[in-house]
Amino acid sequence: MSMNQELLRFTTAGSVDDGKSTLIGRLLYDSKSIFEDQYDLIKDVSERRGEEGVNLALLTDGLKSEREQGITIDVAYRYFATPKRKFIIADTPGHIQYTRNMVTGASTANVALVLIDARHGVVEQTRRHAIIASLLQIPHLVVCINKMDLVDFSEERYNEIQKDFEQFAAKLDVKDVHFIPISALLGDNVVNRSKNTGWYEGPTLMYYLENVHIASDDNLIDARFPVQYVIRPYNDEYHDYRGYAGTVAGGLFKKGDEVMLLPSGFTTKIAKIDSFDGELNEAFPPQSVTLLIEDDYDLSRGDMIVRVNNQPNISQDIEVMMCWFDTSKPLRERGKYTIRHTTQEARCIIKEVRYKLDINSLHRNLEDRTLKMNDIGRVVIRTTKPLFTDAYRQNRITGSIILVDEGSNNTVAAGMII
Amino acid sequence: MNYNLSYLRELEAESIFILREVAAQFERPVLLFSGGKDSILMTHLARKAFYPAKIPFPLLHIDTGHNFDETIAYRDALVKELGVKLTVGSVQEAIDSGMVTEEKGYNASRNGLQTAVLLDELEKGKFDAAMGGARRDEEKARAKERFFSHRDEFGQWDPKNQRPELWSLYNGKKQFGEHFRIFPISNWTELDVWQYLAMEKVELPSLYYAHRRNVFRRDGMLLAESEHIQRKPEEKLFETMIRCRTIGDITCTGVWESEADDLDKIIQEVATTRMTERGGRADDKRSETAMEDRKIKGYF
Repeated sequence: MSMNQELLRFTTAGSVDDGKSTLIGRLLYDSKSIFEDQYDLIKDVSERRGEEGVNLALLTDGLKSEREQGITIDVAYRYFATPKRKFIIADTPGHIQYTRNMVTGASTANVALVLIDARHGVVEQTRRHAIIASLLQIPHLVVCINKMDLVDFSEERYNEIQKDFEQFAAKLDVKDVHFIPISALLGDNVVNRSKNTGWYEGPTLMYYLENVHIASDDNLIDARFPVQYVIRPYNDEYHDYRGYAGTVAGGLFKKGDEVMLLPSGFTTKIAKIDSFDGELNEAFPPQSVTLLIEDDYDLSRGDMIVRVNNQPNISQDIEVMMCWFDTSKPLRERGKYTIRHTTQEARCIIKEVRYKLDINSLHRNLEDRTLKMNDIGRVVIRTTKPLFTDAYRQNRITGSIILVDEGSNNTVAAGMII
Repeated sequence: MNYNLSYLRELEAESIFILREVAAQFERPVLLFSGGKDSILMTHLARKAFYPAKIPFPLLHIDTGHNFDETIAYRDALVKELGVKLTVGSVQEAIDSGMVTEEKGYNASRNGLQTAVLLDELEKGKFDAAMGGARRDEEKARAKERFFSHRDEFGQWDPKNQRPELWSLYNGKKQFGEHFRIFPISNWTELDVWQYLAMEKVELPSLYYAHRRNVFRRDGMLLAESEHIQRKPEEKLFETMIRCRTIGDITCTGVWESEADDLDKIIQEVATTRMTERGGRADDKRSETAMEDRKIKGYF
């Protein structure tokens, strides 16, 4: 196994019974990522429940309350590896009341798997998942048409569903869509090529996941370094050391680069890119490094180091597509919240909800603009101090925010900057 | 030039980000140190995150008193090298003072008693963030854990009401008296940990390498001979080559027959093994939801 493998993060979404957990169980089982003691346990449970065969879906059931209800409530993270790649799955529930979990799982994914039950075709939840994948700008979308065994592996049915989905997806902002006919239960086209779908010439799901090109998903053009923490050793050896620790959010930083410091607007040069393993010549996303600058300017957490000729938007007014999470109360117009953006924290006021998005039809609702739990809408926000932002389309890190309720301290919303 | 990070460097960068975020967002963080490979990894990452400064938080060890001797020796040497403060919360003292009651019988374990001592130490030290080396691949309840995991004033975890975590925006806001559990290596697997420790040439306690030791068999597991475990008459001691895959309380940490006496052999073994590492932990075998139940009460 090579230590230079890439990491691919993907998210799965599907309706309640379209076999998502079975698919993940199948991926884990056929890639030999299941341990014997785990397998013995689910075999035992399957037998006790009187189920036919070993229920692979049990591998992904976590919490007691979920097993009681037979559904997934929360995002669960799964891990497996093949000789080609390491994988992190954000396994999210498909129920409408768990949209917030889907959004959470989608926020870090390179690939989204959308499951469709071949018997039912494109349904409301399929559309919702695809819309969320597009809003969250997941670069690659794989539509798995599952339960092909229950429609006699019919090519006609497969084509019909693909056409339906494409018609609807034409309205979305997704760059790369791929379709695969599978049976998660029997394993067809998951890891092993199916003998039942001779008409299908594309890759298996595993082959796709191992080979999809993800290297260009990071923004390597717009240099952004949000200062996370200031390192001052306070000892004799490093008496005047002042290092700005952080994770590169975009672009490249090289020693000697002329940079601008925000919010002050001063310009200076990068004196050194430091790390425990020694000095680096350059840093790129998502490396965590420490930058030292030539002149004696004082930066603190929340400030940003950028290129002189490539600056983010510097503004107290931002507009976002917002997903509302709070179970107890809706978004309040004129309401005040804490806003977090990169390593910056400020307070903000909700100026206006422009419209609510119907996440089944993409219709913009201008009449009912109250965002309740799991609703998504376009919102105008004013902050107490300037944020240094990019459009979410350009950069997921500098283009995203969360809102925190000042009473409950809960994370109540996530927003993608337009 | 190739601007791809290998997955180990990507995991490292993510963990360093979390550790720095904790130092920035909390007033009194503490790093939970058990002497196991995961907490050794955590101290290594913390050292990298704040270099050239010292790690800006102390270590806390919840000591069941049932340790492998090697663990304590390793811990003390590491603390000295890092120049950080170590606090030890003693389960033995908690038993002596009547704060907790010791279990009796053959399968008696102090594992569950650690929770009360941990919560007590967090309160005494006024710690508002406790960083632990738990990983999501270890166990099904842990698969649903957040990086920043909120705990109420009783130290309880509410799995059904966890804060959403998106992108790399972490919300550490809390009421007075509440605290957070932070899991910087959530996304690492057992194999990742070993591969990384080998790549970084981190020194580990000798227990992790195959060595000869007196053991006996119980419930399909091998346990090391110890004055802290009562053996049944039919449980005969025998000497064999073993190593630990996890290091915890000696009474419930199963050891594995193994010939892997260096890191390369260990990686080979972990990559091909068919049993989970916690498969050797009696504390998880008590019921199907043993971990979930303990975590809700405030366990690591």
